[in-house]
Amino acid sequence: MQLVVNEPQAFRFEVNRAALVDPAIHELEQRRIFERCWIYVGHESELGAPGDFKTRTIAGRPVILCRNSQNRVRVFLNTCRHRGSLVCRSREGNAERYTCFYHGWTYDRDGALYAVPGQSAYPPGFDKTAFALKEPPRVEAYRGFVFLNFDANAASLDEYLGKAKEYIDLVIDQSPSGEMQVIQGTQEYDIKANWKLLVENSFDDYHLLSTHSTWLDYLKNSGVEMQRPDKGHLLPAHGVGKDLGNGHGVVDNVNFRGRPVARWIPIYGEAAKPELEKIRAELVARLGQARATRVADTNRNLIVFPNLVLNDGSSVTIRTFQPVAADRMRVTAWALGPREESATARAVRLDSFLTFYGPGGFATPDDVAALESVQQGLATYREVPWSVMTRGMAKEGEQLNTDELHLRAFWIQWDKLMSR
Amino acid sequence: MGQADVAVTRGEVEEFLYEEAALLDAWKLDEWLALLTEDAYYRVPSNDRPESDPRGTLFTIADDIARIRSRVTRLKDRNAHAEFPPSRTRRLITNVRIVERQPLRVEANFAVYRHRSNEDVRQYVGRYRYLLRKEGGKLRIAGREAILDAMELASLGTVSFIL
Repeated sequence: MQLVVNEPQAFRFEVNRAALVDPAIHELEQRRIFERCWIYVGHESELGAPGDFKTRTIAGRPVILCRNSQNRVRVFLNTCRHRGSLVCRSREGNAERYTCFYHGWTYDRDGALYAVPGQSAYPPGFDKTAFALKEPPRVEAYRGFVFLNFDANAASLDEYLGKAKEYIDLVIDQSPSGEMQVIQGTQEYDIKANWKLLVENSFDDYHLLSTHSTWLDYLKNSGVEMQRPDKGHLLPAHGVGKDLGNGHGVVDNVNFRGRPVARWIPIYGEAAKPELEKIRAELVARLGQARATRVADTNRNLIVFPNLVLNDGSSVTIRTFQPVAADRMRVTAWALGPREESATARAVRLDSFLTFYGPGGFATPDDVAALESVQQGLATYREVPWSVMTRGMAKEGEQLNTDELHLRAFWIQWDKLMSR
Repeated sequence: MGQADVAVTRGEVEEFLYEEAALLDAWKLDEWLALLTEDAYYRVPSNDRPESDPRGTLFTIADDIARIRSRVTRLKDRNAHAEFPPSRTRRLITNVRIVERQPLRVEANFAVYRHRSNEDVRQYVGRYRYLLRKEGGKLRIAGREAILDAMELASLGTVSFIL
């Protein structure tokens, strides 16, 4: 079955809605997408000290993200080599060893099998070294972002990220030390919709006016200045959509909203103004005017194919989502900030985060409503099989953030991987 | 503020919390706002950090009074799509305890049932932590924190109504 129709000459681009509904396609994409691509696991800053760990579910598998005694970050599949139980059932903590409570097999911080109760009953030749915790075939990191890959032959993470790295670097340039830190407090919520709808939503600026009018009103009512959109534009500031290759994409916008680094808006309060000026001055001194402007005065939503989003907007959010079923996903989101950020700046960052993002924000709940509304509508997929995605298609050159070039790029990559 | 002796009984506090619950369940949000002091806050901590300060920890909701008023403005707008049409909610508030009198701190358990068309009921269960104050002889809310028991929001989805 053809799932993506891409005929540039005829200005046709359509996605078959079965791709968002059919359980068989959901099963297939677990193999063809999630077992072939680099999948985000977590950030090195989430683990402070040797022995620190987090457990999470990545691509349907329980994993342990941890530091060994030499402070190296490691990822293990969270399953006992004896009978399969989770060896770590806490969501986070610090462990000297991981003990499976079922029969008591115990593993060290490097996954080596450390102790087996009643080991003498095993036949001769039983070799503990053959029963270390399994690791995913590949684990690599880029600037603190840790990914795994179930395909041992996959290209390196560096090569995979390609042009997306430039946008990760832009986020990290906020930090004087080059170190960003995941801030404590996790937002974890389900959306009753297919995960690819959240990919689209995360960098689709076309929906901003209609879905988020109450957020735009909130900014206006709070004294945030917004220009009338230029001719041909829908939004108060210019923004472009870009295909970054390998299915990655970005909307790269001139900022009109507040940014903790570093554009003050009245919502932050007068008291925070000097702090934001200080942050701006540090950026200019460290990066030069041009780069500082790039970092502070643009906001960007980056999609790293298939399921990682870095929103550098009203704050920085790392957002990843795991498909649970064709019509359900689990979203996990964190706030990211410079490690050395002052208490005042950190408070502004977190407050600014909540103006828009997250399950209690002024925008995200409406996105969730939109996605769930789409999923309900898609029950008609046999009668209404195609979604149209052609905005900007007839245009040469620059594509706006409200066009759909970057969405098409995601779907083209998805289709390519699903077809082989 | 906070200096006057807060002579208050648990019965009085319970009655006040029940009135608040009734206003929220009836979506009488302007009348609910009138129960808040000029410096009130409303918070829902992240499920994995229930005992935290929003200045250093990501919350689900951490509103000051200005943000609370904006939240109400938003919720009254039919373009607040997550709550249009508004959810039906029903709050059960029990185990009300005065835990401190100066300032007046009150805790209570809650079960909030949320219904929407064509959706299973969502049950938000947890405890409230109130900071109350008497203004002009009447109890007022200077702070309310809704701490959910769920380990993750998970199937609760969003907290788009006032919890």
